[in-house]
Amino acid sequence: MKLDDVPQDADTSSYAGHSKLLYAIDQQGQYQGAQSTGWDAESYATQQALAELELLEQQALQSWHSGQSSPLPCLMYRYRMDELALAQTTGLWRWRVRRHFKSQVFARLSPSLLARYADAFDLPVEQLIAYQQGALHEL
Amino acid sequence: MSFNHQQSAHCESGVMSSLLTHAGLPMSEPMAFGLSSALAFAYLPLVKLSGMPLIAYRMPPKHIIKTLSKRLGVRLHTATFSSPKQGQEALDRALDQGRLVGLQSSVFWLPYFPPEMRFHFNAHNLLAYGREGDEYLLSDPVFEEPVRCSAEALQKARFAKGALAAKGLLYWLDDVPAEQDWHALVRRSILSTARILDGMPLPWIGIRGIDHLANKINRLDLNAKKYNRLYLTHIVRMQEEIGTGGAGFRFMYASFLQEAGVLLADEQLQAAAQELTHIGDQWRQFALLCVKQSRGKDAGLGMQPIAQALQVIAQQERALFKELVLWAKQRK
Repeated sequence: MKLDDVPQDADTSSYAGHSKLLYAIDQQGQYQGAQSTGWDAESYATQQALAELELLEQQALQSWHSGQSSPLPCLMYRYRMDELALAQTTGLWRWRVRRHFKSQVFARLSPSLLARYADAFDLPVEQLIAYQQGALHEL
Repeated sequence: MSFNHQQSAHCESGVMSSLLTHAGLPMSEPMAFGLSSALAFAYLPLVKLSGMPLIAYRMPPKHIIKTLSKRLGVRLHTATFSSPKQGQEALDRALDQGRLVGLQSSVFWLPYFPPEMRFHFNAHNLLAYGREGDEYLLSDPVFEEPVRCSAEALQKARFAKGALAAKGLLYWLDDVPAEQDWHALVRRSILSTARILDGMPLPWIGIRGIDHLANKINRLDLNAKKYNRLYLTHIVRMQEEIGTGGAGFRFMYASFLQEAGVLLADEQLQAAAQELTHIGDQWRQFALLCVKQSRGKDAGLGMQPIAQALQVIAQQERALFKELVLWAKQRK
């Protein structure tokens, strides 16, 4: 990649105003570090992943609010995790995490289990207790 | 402490470049990357990231720190902690002693990362060079300028649980020898990279892995439009988004070959650098093809042109590293 070809697609950038370092060659073919403000192709790829997480979060929010599931799937996607990541972060078996996704099971979770989830999301445990008692919004 | 922050493309090679330079052995990021034989390719279907296979263009986390320290004869001091409190005390002690300290942390919980760039990756590397009140002075290699971070947030990031958990890992370098046998280092590191890229009997690693990915792309079900879009853009993210210096570290490695060529006054290495730049340009083209297909602009063409582009890349990387092995063997 030549220095002139280092993409500067700041308009669509996913770097939030930052620049990233790439390596590119000058006229004489010598390598140097070059800052890039964004690349269309890359930010499109990032956007796809973010949009997918947002969609999953919205779907999970609806099934929580309609009583079909606990708030955990919604929070999981909000904090950019999947089942595996949530299981690893809480140190629980995946099947247990999946069980806690049921609203009836979630309603009976002990404060110490709730604390594990609170820690994974960096939320106060009181917030999760409030959800357990039927709150649908942040305290 | 007088310390010069330098922006890098990749966190681990950037941290090592800064640590070595600070200790009196000036080393560019590409040299740190190349001399630790960090270039690779791996397609790991069993390690899932949001349901997608892990695709890596480099060796696993901590490879650069460990391998480079060993090869340069540097004493690497590392410590992990079972209690976050102990971890913070150890960091404070090291900073009070005037050390430049490497830290492993999560990306997600570092508040200076913009939300768009935050993902759960626990093997990010950065440097701490001081403390002011409740804030740490950090040199995060992928950022343009030094940053600050509250003690509380840094603790959360250093002790985030999950895959690749850092457990508060901190490290520094002791006894950095200024005299090095550059010829032997370059030769050994290139041979080792050649072995990783083209000497593993596994279909997912190295150039075989690239061919494997090409086959996977070729076999995508054209009707599964959404899955294909997420799959192809996932590849692009692994190749470009997470700080690779462009083209999945190929440009950085080419820069290493060039610098090594100058250092050893060797034209063959310089020519290899040129060839790898050319291959890197094709990786960027491949990323563009993936995105075009995902956007539905090349929909009629199907997956074959994308897979083919990858097969050509694989052939050229194989040929290049065969030449580099010959080069290394001629210069025993």
